[in-house]
Amino acid sequence: MFQAEIKITLKKTVADPQGLTVKHALESLDFKGINGIRMGKFIIVQLEAKDQAQAEVEVSSMCQKLLANPIIEEFSFEVKKI
Amino acid sequence: MKFGVVVFPGSNCDQDCFYAVNDLLKQPVEYIWHKTTKLDQFEAIILPGGFSYGDYLRTGAIARFSPIMEAVIKYARSGGLVIGICNGFQILLEAGLLPGAMLRNTSLHFICKYVELKVENTATPFTSEYKPGQRVRIPIAHNEGNYYIDAKGLRSLKDNQQIVFRYTANPNGSIDDIAGIVNQEGNVLGMMPHPERSSEKDLGSSDGYLVFTSMLKWLKQKSIKP
Repeated sequence: MFQAEIKITLKKTVADPQGLTVKHALESLDFKGINGIRMGKFIIVQLEAKDQAQAEVEVSSMCQKLLANPIIEEFSFEVKKI
Repeated sequence: MKFGVVVFPGSNCDQDCFYAVNDLLKQPVEYIWHKTTKLDQFEAIILPGGFSYGDYLRTGAIARFSPIMEAVIKYARSGGLVIGICNGFQILLEAGLLPGAMLRNTSLHFICKYVELKVENTATPFTSEYKPGQRVRIPIAHNEGNYYIDAKGLRSLKDNQQIVFRYTANPNGSIDDIAGIVNQEGNVLGMMPHPERSSEKDLGSSDGYLVFTSMLKWLKQKSIKP
């Protein structure tokens, strides 16, 4: 079995109101020098696949079809055998 | 003229839309469960507001793959009238029937209040009963109404007169104050404000009702053509 750890964030060109609000909150707690905060989603998928390559193809397809919206989001992932 | 109101798990404005068509517009209307795959008997389809599939993953992202949506996409591509209100708009975006995407409101708050809109385009099947530039009061109720489209897409929306409603005081960060758009062909409308909630005076405003009378007018004109 394989396990994919998928990270989805808003594209750099898209404003992230959540990230901005959290940044302001940290600054109000006196954390200094924060240059930026981006919020996103972390998704763990466990799946059966023939090999690592096939698992990666599957996960990439999942991200493109459903898990991320390519208009506003970008994704990255790591697949491990477990 | 038979209207259909699609019901997804989590839709909650379906009854309001049904009421606006049945009790006010006096037209036949039916609920369409999301597992249905045929829409042949309908002249107009309404995707109502709500929280389909709990808004999990992204608003509209799961509903977009409901069995009914394949039929809605086919229906829209063949020229049928489709209106998506609030969550319905979000579903139309996820389905690719309208361009762009929704982000969270810049305030991060769920906003539920009357807003003023400017009618930007009255040459659509949904807005012909309004006057060009008319200011109307229609309520919004959403957490993700911050419409986003890239610069190229925005130019294309403007060039094709696809922006139908704009906020006069932007409540949610939406790009270019956009509150509602149509597709290039003009037969699919998505809008965040709720016309069904402002379709009779007792509700505080009847400004939204003209969306429904415009649709009826368009359908009647279409049906008398040879």
